[in-house]
Amino acid sequence: MDYNLMREFADSWALLAMTLFFVGVVAFTLRPGSRKQADEAARIPLKDD
Amino acid sequence: MKFGTEIVVMCVFTFLALVAAGFGVDEPFRQHMWVLFFVLLGFVIVLLRNTSFAPAAPVDPSAYMDGPIRYGAIATMFWGVVGMLVGVVIALQLAYPDLNIEPWFNLGRLRPLHTSGVVFAFGGNALICTSMYVVQRTSRARLFGGNLAWFVFWGYQLFIVMAATGYLLGITESREYAEPEWYVDLWLTIVWVAYLVLFLGTILKRKEPHIYVANWFYLSFIVTIAMLHVVNNLSMPVSLLGSKSYSAFSGVQDALTQWWYGHNAVGFFLTAGFLGMMYYFVPKQVNRPVYSYRLSIIHFWALIFLYIWAGPHHLHYTALPDWAQTLGMVFSIMLWMPSWGGMINGLMTLSGAWDKLRTDPIVRMMVMAVAFYGMSTFEGPMMSIKAVNSLSHYTDWTIGHVHSGALGWVGMISFGAIYYMVPKLWNRERLYSLRLVTWHFWLATLGIVVYAAVMWVSGIMQGLMWREYDEQGFLVYSFAETVAAMHPYYVMRAAGGAMYLAGAVIMAWNITMTILGYQREEEPMPGSVPALQPAQ
Repeated sequence: MDYNLMREFADSWALLAMTLFFVGVVAFTLRPGSRKQADEAARIPLKDD
Repeated sequence: MKFGTEIVVMCVFTFLALVAAGFGVDEPFRQHMWVLFFVLLGFVIVLLRNTSFAPAAPVDPSAYMDGPIRYGAIATMFWGVVGMLVGVVIALQLAYPDLNIEPWFNLGRLRPLHTSGVVFAFGGNALICTSMYVVQRTSRARLFGGNLAWFVFWGYQLFIVMAATGYLLGITESREYAEPEWYVDLWLTIVWVAYLVLFLGTILKRKEPHIYVANWFYLSFIVTIAMLHVVNNLSMPVSLLGSKSYSAFSGVQDALTQWWYGHNAVGFFLTAGFLGMMYYFVPKQVNRPVYSYRLSIIHFWALIFLYIWAGPHHLHYTALPDWAQTLGMVFSIMLWMPSWGGMINGLMTLSGAWDKLRTDPIVRMMVMAVAFYGMSTFEGPMMSIKAVNSLSHYTDWTIGHVHSGALGWVGMISFGAIYYMVPKLWNRERLYSLRLVTWHFWLATLGIVVYAAVMWVSGIMQGLMWREYDEQGFLVYSFAETVAAMHPYYVMRAAGGAMYLAGAVIMAWNITMTILGYQREEEPMPGSVPALQPAQ
């Protein structure tokens, strides 16, 4: 495995995988129905002293 | 506690330090090992004197473990004052070079003492103690691993002492924000892995099903710093009993490794970790949930996906390939979005409670911190643009930018968190004095404004003087002329830093009196107590 092979992998498949993962995270966070869960999670610090 | 095992292990290490002090191959290493010997010996004596054969009180597994957090809060305050004091000293040394005292206290040795002192000793202790506080309270679980938290606390203090004394003795790897030599680096690696185990273990045994977002930020800080620290410090010691080592990298690869580390120390140590602090302590202090929890999740993922690529902007117009410079610039500019998303999220948490800005100086401090987070994350991407960088690079503008982030964001949010935690940790009804918090707030804010404004003027003047050509193509100014022109700004900068330090000293006094259980008799903050209404 040499530098060029890693370089090529990094700016093709690895880049695609990371982009898809990131888009997936954003989509999952904003999915319909997530607001209620998020509001509950936001109250975690306030439940306890 | 009998401390049996601890004492035996510490005695072995104390002896090994003595052996190393005797057989070290270079003078600084021998001196450093003497320092280590006396530090460990002192610790052994403290343990021996605190040995008690009375049966230990049973530990309540449901109660939070706050001992190391109390120590951490005190250590944060102590190292904060020390690190800022050294900062004022080196600012004065730049203005008045006669203050350089050879060999231990010249600028070259004191500067890493200042940067490591404020970043790792003050900021690091603030992060470690608040992370322990937050992870227990948002997971509803006691810290994992028994005395592991104590090991992390004392191990980290030992790292600080060894790093600091090493710098003064002239032991350095000369890597920005990573100056300690190989043996101190190895020790930090052990402590950091223990910290990761402590934090992850606590999350794994949580009783709250969801992992609150502050813990995500803290965890990303711990994991990334572990990775950065190990890779950046890959090196080969000349001797196992010597203080010198050589990096595994050389040339431009070494430069990029150092700034990949250096910028992510800013991104994950000074940003992600302190954002964890923001996402817990701002909602607690204003008693409202964070403005948008979903925005905080996107903030998290966007920040960690982008920050890691921004390092090359420190190497514009160097031997680094152009594509890598451009990559660093582009990712730095993209960071505008998550940074400002996070800032808006923090500020909007106050919506509906803006009156607290008037009545609660701790909220005021936190809001100023978030405002400076927004300001310095605007300035940073702007400075990463190559055209701007060609003026700003190597000048005091960079120093001003770092300080508006470090004093404004990191310092202020840590002060706010400590002010919040201390009365709770020691079961005090309130702080010794809220009026002193107001004094601290104004001294710190004015200090930063003076500092940053002076460095803008000084830095831009310096950059313009360096690039000034006459009509025949000759440089107009010699380097020494630019230095002479900066003298008044150096004096003003020292004054700004001294104001910030004065605020921190007031805080140390306020915190000490709170811990000792005093309450200052003073007028309540205007508006904090509703005025009495006449009977109708």
